Amino acid sequence: MTTTHERSVPKPVFTDAEAGAKVFPDSELRRFNYFTPQKRKQSHYEDVTVEVQPDPRHYLTQGWLYAFADGRGGYPLEWTVLKAWGSDRPIPERSPGSGGKGYDWPALGWHEFRDPNEEWELTLYRYNANVVRQLNQNVDAARQAKAFDQWNRNWRNFVAQHVGAWMHVDHGLGLYLFANANRRAPTNMHNNAISVNSMHRIRAAQDLALYNLTLSEEMEDFDGAAHLTTWNEDPAWQGVREVTEQLTAIDDWCEAIFAANVVFEPLVGELFRSNLVQQAAPANGDFVTPTLIGAEEFDYSERDLRYTRVMFDLLVNDREFADHNRGLLQQWLTRWVPRCLSAARTMQPLWSQPDAKPPRFEDGLDRAKSRFSGILSDLGLQAPKELGQ
Amino acid sequence: MSRQSVAKAHQKIQELSWEPAYHEPVSQYGTDYTFRKAKKKDPLKQVLRSYFPMQEEKDHRVYGAEDGAIRGNMFRQVQERWLEWQKLFLSIIPLPEISAARAMPLLFRTVPNPELHNGQAIQMIDEVRHSTIQQNLKRLYMQNYIDPAGFNSSLRNFQNDYCGTIGRQFAEGFITGDAITAASIYLTIVAETAFTNTLFVAMPAEAAANGDYLLPTVFHSVQSDESRHISNGYATLLMALSDENNHQLLERDLRYAWWNNHAVVDAAIGTFIEYGTKDRRKDRESYAEMWRRWIYDDYYRSYLVPLEKYGLVIPHDLIEEAWNRIWNKGYVHEVAQFFATGWLANYWRIDPMTDEDFEWFESKYPGWYDKYGKWWENYNRLSVPNGHHPIVAEDVDYVYPHRCWTCMVPCLVREDMVTDKVEGQWRTYCSEPCRWTDVEAFRPTYQGRQTPNMGQLVGSREWETLYHGWNWADIVSDMGFVRDDGKTMVAQPHLDLDPKKMWTLDHLRRMPEVQSPNVVLNQMSDDERAAFQADYNRQGPAGRPAPAQT
Repeated sequence: MTTTHERSVPKPVFTDAEAGAKVFPDSELRRFNYFTPQKRKQSHYEDVTVEVQPDPRHYLTQGWLYAFADGRGGYPLEWTVLKAWGSDRPIPERSPGSGGKGYDWPALGWHEFRDPNEEWELTLYRYNANVVRQLNQNVDAARQAKAFDQWNRNWRNFVAQHVGAWMHVDHGLGLYLFANANRRAPTNMHNNAISVNSMHRIRAAQDLALYNLTLSEEMEDFDGAAHLTTWNEDPAWQGVREVTEQLTAIDDWCEAIFAANVVFEPLVGELFRSNLVQQAAPANGDFVTPTLIGAEEFDYSERDLRYTRVMFDLLVNDREFADHNRGLLQQWLTRWVPRCLSAARTMQPLWSQPDAKPPRFEDGLDRAKSRFSGILSDLGLQAPKELGQ
Repeated sequence: MSRQSVAKAHQKIQELSWEPAYHEPVSQYGTDYTFRKAKKKDPLKQVLRSYFPMQEEKDHRVYGAEDGAIRGNMFRQVQERWLEWQKLFLSIIPLPEISAARAMPLLFRTVPNPELHNGQAIQMIDEVRHSTIQQNLKRLYMQNYIDPAGFNSSLRNFQNDYCGTIGRQFAEGFITGDAITAASIYLTIVAETAFTNTLFVAMPAEAAANGDYLLPTVFHSVQSDESRHISNGYATLLMALSDENNHQLLERDLRYAWWNNHAVVDAAIGTFIEYGTKDRRKDRESYAEMWRRWIYDDYYRSYLVPLEKYGLVIPHDLIEEAWNRIWNKGYVHEVAQFFATGWLANYWRIDPMTDEDFEWFESKYPGWYDKYGKWWENYNRLSVPNGHHPIVAEDVDYVYPHRCWTCMVPCLVREDMVTDKVEGQWRTYCSEPCRWTDVEAFRPTYQGRQTPNMGQLVGSREWETLYHGWNWADIVSDMGFVRDDGKTMVAQPHLDLDPKKMWTLDHLRRMPEVQSPNVVLNQMSDDERAAFQADYNRQGPAGRPAPAQT
């Protein structure tokens, strides 16, 4: 005979604790009220992002609680030399009986930045999952169609060596420039956008590495380790490598983002990707590599450059420090344009390696310079004279 | 590509890193630990090709459940007592999460192992996930739960409130000071490995018992990532242990991190689980029982103790003392009582305890009623305004406590309170380990050894001092904890939303001024201070004044 024991489980209770069940003070106030939205209505992105990282200038009654050995806590504004309005005002002093009020929100121009891509976890996983799924399908389709068999020896070597070498740029910048910078900016909006940028680069690096692995498995004479030798020894890559390492050595987080996304990417990244690989691949029978490179190109041009423009646009039009910021950005251009142009020129021998040649290096570089000048013009910055070199 | 095994793919991506030939990456964070370059495998073995779709799938489940909860009118069955405490919890937790993301770069240059950096980058973006998915849950509560007050002003509240300040240690401690102390020992070895069990597993279970199945949905999804982060910390710890010079620092940091996590997390989560629930089945585990299982057995005995053979000095005494505070010294009950005493300084409503609650506490913690029962009866009696003050200003046999300067939880286990004069200020500490943390650990020398990278404890750490001499109505206005009629308080000491039964600023105007215990302490002569301390140590339990001496 079956015996049943009453199980010990919580009992559902009707509480009627849903919105609208009663009317009382605040019962209709169903939006976050501690920040001013950028547009009339606050966005979902703003709701999950704004003010998560505190600032003792507006709230944070008791101030930062932990500091580095030098006494600086939280997110020091001095981690960049650029300034947003309000930066020079002192942090409100606290003392017995002082109360806890700071300046009215936002207190600092930095808090006005909003990522135009509105990235948060839902969007970043959806976007990147779509990219990797599509790339997997592209590569699978090519493998099933024996598409790699159509590649001539030179193109195989080109992909093994040079397309492969680019993965190191993505990895180095993704980790040591962008991921590193996600600790440095004074607001959550900046740091989240930067961390998403970081994942784009690290994903792109891994996309290329795993593509390289597939090609090693599919083609007997594909040298899966050639990218290492190329990155370490090929003189055509040493300029890119040097400037990549130099970018990761920047201390100022704004300079790092500016130098990488405003200078390096148009002059070196897009030059290599859009003006070499994308142009050369089809004529050499390769319809797969452009899909990987194109994904990275989209990351940069439609996502990462987009937030970068808005971030610096605010700074060059800042109501208090526009001139200060423009002056510094011009100095950074003077510093980084020659370095990036030099790196671009050291890559020139790559243009002659495929059997079916891409458009001339100089034409590609002109296009890259023109694109770069357009970005500067949008930001109200002058192209430095070094660009004419 | 898709047919490649994860192991093979992971091995391939190790080819991505390279040794700098021209310029070293910037070094922005210091540590007093030393690391030798050592081959240490990335324990996460995560490849983004599979990681992104996996996380997207987890998101589908979370957001699907959220839609289902709204369609299914979950909030008709949610216990208000529970959801009110979420106003505190969900205001705190997105910051520790995002701080963990920000902490990862502290390890890039200090731990010389590129393989580990891959895992740290994955952890970084995981933490961005956690922070925003938790903000989103709070937004959903705000939009659908009966009382949005406190959710709608969440992050301003959190940043202005002393409970928020206590919680903020569990965030700022990850991102400042010695890089290894912060981002490895405090964050991954102690906070994530030990205390996320109570945060993200025990608490969601209690949420479900209170009609809220969204907290478990979101936090179990988060916890599935946390378990990977634990591996990150373990790999770094083994690297640190391989150099004997680090052992002294590891001993220091484990003592600090363990005690601070215990003081902060057990205070908050213990209160939520024990005093925020309506589930009073006698066979459901108490917080003490959960702690014993997940922290004492699973973390201490299964994770920490085996590391002893590698030279790790484990703070056995502090682990036993944490248990002693929870089981014998009523730590969680003392904290909950203090939160309820100071209900007016916060931004959520605290439900009085009932006879059913008393019975449950007595069965789980024998002797509970004799210590705390009478006080909670007074709390109930004084919960609706009726010509009296809030309980903090009424005579209910409760002495308002001093703050612990280190953990900022008040000195509630009165017998353990100690004082010290530091940087010209007399400070009170809840316990000797908290005094040690301030006076000895967070200093540029430790036991005669130079520790120039160790961080500092800074800030205005006694909340009451900022409002010394203020009227309570002005304090609550200053912090912004007022509803949209301009006078009704966000906080209430009951759950009745009838405006006639809710406290307003007008009620507070009649109260005496706030006196900062620390300001008063520093005005005392040496003799007065010695007498004060002797008296304080004789107070309690339940904040009772010291018995008259015969």
